[in-house]
Amino acid sequence: MTIYTPIIGLETHIELATQTKMFCRCPAEYFNAPPNTSVCPVCLGLPGAMPVANAQAIEWTILLGLALNCTITTRSFFERKHYFYPDLPKGYQISQYQSPLCENGSLTLPESNVTIPIRRIHLEEDTGKLLHGSSKNNSLIDFNRSGVPLVEVVTEPAISDSRIAAEYLQTLQKYVQYLGISDADMEKGSMRCEPNISLKSPSDKGLPQYKVEVKNINSFKFVRKAIDFELKRQTSILQKNEIPLQETRRYMEANGSTASMRQKEEAHDYRYMPEPDIPPVVINQDQFNSLKKRVETVELPNKRLKTLVNMQIKREDALLLVDDKYLGDFLLEIVQLCTKEEKQSGFIQKLVNYLVNKKISHTLSKHEFYAKAKTLSKPVETDMASLKNYIANAIENNKVAVSDYKLGSLNAINAIVGSIMKESKGSFQAKIVLDELKKVLR
Amino acid sequence: MKLHHLSIAQLRMMLLKKQISKKEVFKYFQSRIQKLNPTVNAILTETEETETMDDVTLPLYGIPFSMKDTYLTKGIRTTAGSRILKDYIPQYDATVYTKLKNSGAILIGKSNCDAWGHGSSTENSDFGPVKNPWNNAYVAGGSSGGSAASVISGMSMFDIGEDTGGSIRLPSSFCSTVGLKVSYGLTSRYGCIAYASSLDTVGPIGKSVEDVAIILEIIAGNDLLDATSVRHKIPKYTRTLRDKKNGLVIGLPKEYFKNSLTPSVAKKIQETIAVYKEMGIAFKEVSLSLTDYAIAAYYLLATSEASSNLARYDSVRFGNDRSVFGEEAKRRMMLGAFTLSAGYYDAYYIKATKIRSLIKQEFDTVFKEVDLLLAPTSPTPAFKLGEKINDPLQMYLSDIFTIPTNIAGIPALSVPCGLSEDTKLPVGFQLLGPAFSEELILQTAYRYENAVGGFLKFNAA
Repeated sequence: MTIYTPIIGLETHIELATQTKMFCRCPAEYFNAPPNTSVCPVCLGLPGAMPVANAQAIEWTILLGLALNCTITTRSFFERKHYFYPDLPKGYQISQYQSPLCENGSLTLPESNVTIPIRRIHLEEDTGKLLHGSSKNNSLIDFNRSGVPLVEVVTEPAISDSRIAAEYLQTLQKYVQYLGISDADMEKGSMRCEPNISLKSPSDKGLPQYKVEVKNINSFKFVRKAIDFELKRQTSILQKNEIPLQETRRYMEANGSTASMRQKEEAHDYRYMPEPDIPPVVINQDQFNSLKKRVETVELPNKRLKTLVNMQIKREDALLLVDDKYLGDFLLEIVQLCTKEEKQSGFIQKLVNYLVNKKISHTLSKHEFYAKAKTLSKPVETDMASLKNYIANAIENNKVAVSDYKLGSLNAINAIVGSIMKESKGSFQAKIVLDELKKVLR
Repeated sequence: MKLHHLSIAQLRMMLLKKQISKKEVFKYFQSRIQKLNPTVNAILTETEETETMDDVTLPLYGIPFSMKDTYLTKGIRTTAGSRILKDYIPQYDATVYTKLKNSGAILIGKSNCDAWGHGSSTENSDFGPVKNPWNNAYVAGGSSGGSAASVISGMSMFDIGEDTGGSIRLPSSFCSTVGLKVSYGLTSRYGCIAYASSLDTVGPIGKSVEDVAIILEIIAGNDLLDATSVRHKIPKYTRTLRDKKNGLVIGLPKEYFKNSLTPSVAKKIQETIAVYKEMGIAFKEVSLSLTDYAIAAYYLLATSEASSNLARYDSVRFGNDRSVFGEEAKRRMMLGAFTLSAGYYDAYYIKATKIRSLIKQEFDTVFKEVDLLLAPTSPTPAFKLGEKINDPLQMYLSDIFTIPTNIAGIPALSVPCGLSEDTKLPVGFQLLGPAFSEELILQTAYRYENAVGGFLKFNAA
């Protein structure tokens, strides 16, 4: 049987959490906003309106590029990408084609330790949103999303399976969240992923002569399912000595399959053209240096993992804490409060246990959490005189059990321990009670 | 009293001294429109007298003006001369309109133009051509034909035109107005319906050089809504207007005096040169060898951008589907879409941008030798209505002397220099200077205006 090699590349769109939109001053946050309330002449594409680029969005894109080891384009420009669609009010999207802000980077995945090459990162504007089904005869357009800054991260076609694809996305999401540039929530649509999938036959010299793009994926689980489904579907076509169609397919959540959306033969000629209304974006050495410095001060996921592991935290716990940036931040704040002795005596792992097992609530303040952890971890000082009293009373009140024990029924002692615990309302550790009782009865 | 023969400064003085009221002035110009516009067709939409700040110290207090119908005016229909927008009521004001309103000026009408600015005769307006006020059988020039026609015939005191390849200067020379194509970026384009964004400029049309300087001073300068508008400080053009630069040298680009120039225009230009020579200004022949390539580059760059800028009129939000576009708009969109298509982009669009760079360089070089350039605005005076409308290429060549300045982004002022001997129609010359040399251009034109005792007044009506 022929062995086919999966060739997978990922295009990921991330909406930046800037205050304002990419080319106007409308608020960029549109989640749950009533339709068409966050719009202006620019993002509605009214005649005469002109775009002014959001400097924050440009900086954030470069921050991401630096975090992903990219080369930064010092003189970049925006372009117009033309196509007609009702959610695109100008008839073109302002995007970047010839000169993306960032190029040639990489991202190393923490679990598999695979390094994914990043081809490019560019900045563009999001489109409006079509709302179907409110009436049989019409579709409505909500332009709140129109013009929201959108970063597109494109990998080389170098991903070998669905597990790596999902890990890449999860890792990328963490980087974006750690940089604080987006919540990158796939369900909300602030992070969207479109895999390009094909299979290489042993006879293929370069890349396969087709590729299939899959859209409409809104969770990491679905990314895996969509890729696995496609690999299976394409294998069965190739096995019949046919070549899968070059096309865009839609992921169907209901049954985990994909269905054809449009064939690439009808692919658009986007007639890219430099955007004449926006001067070129020039990043000078000073700006570059200060952005570089900023990235270095951010503890990115891979660095945080190292930090945590170096604190003698178990790797699986450390990965968990990297995954939940909030918990990780919280832990590191508490660690700041610890004494040198505590840091060296395995106390940090205890903190992690309390945090991960929810033994102590993370909703407490760091000081409260730290105090509680200290109490919990400290051996309780036993009031021996009081214990002896309880033991004496218990022997007096459990004569049968005492004699059974002395006659060799060793389990009988548990009943005595139980009664002491009950009488003392649990003020002693059961183990100490047991040891002390044994001594007395010996 | 013929208020329309007054300069802005004179009319303002009358208003200031309360010799006439703002309302009376508005009524006067309104009646001029009612009288002349049915023939001339310069104004597409008349406006009611709008509430303005009652502050007589404002520089344009009570001055009625018209504006090319490519500028957005909130609540006032704006068509760009196209039936696509025949019922379009804008939601916001163009920056230039805001600035003028804040200076006390009152909009009296929106001027007719070639649809989307595509044309050299205003015959491409979907609302009928503008007729030359001096002789109704002739065109007023384009694309801002309604602008020049309304100013010279006294329907408004001044107008804001829009110049992408000569659209302010050509009608100015055909109608005997002073029209300024500003340096790219000097004035905000925000709210101006775009034709070709990298070439479009917003500029004044007036009856005198001083009027133009007054308007320029108000509309020039940075606008946070236009990222291509300049950040540097704007000179006080009216304050330096009377200055005379010592040792001024004016270049005569020989390519602008070749056989395409009709004898009647050539004669007026020679007379103009003589006037300047009498002042002791030196002339020098120079060469702009790339002039012939400018038109080719222009029709690639401008149509590419036009095809992009017109994509938004897709019938979803403005009504009127794309079949409503006129012939010329369709022609330019198809040319532009072709130029930008995969496989042709490098051969056409990229090549045109290279020509643009070379033309810029050539102007830079020439301006090391001379301070300004003097050339005819158009090879001919106004031509007859219908004469070129079926020959797009001939029509495109009307702009042969104006297009290179748009390509280079430099300023040029078209100045009236009398009537042609044969058709008795106005002729204009233009002064070209390096980027942001509007001050010197205006000063130099002002000297000419004084030397010849002012420009022709329109007395026909």
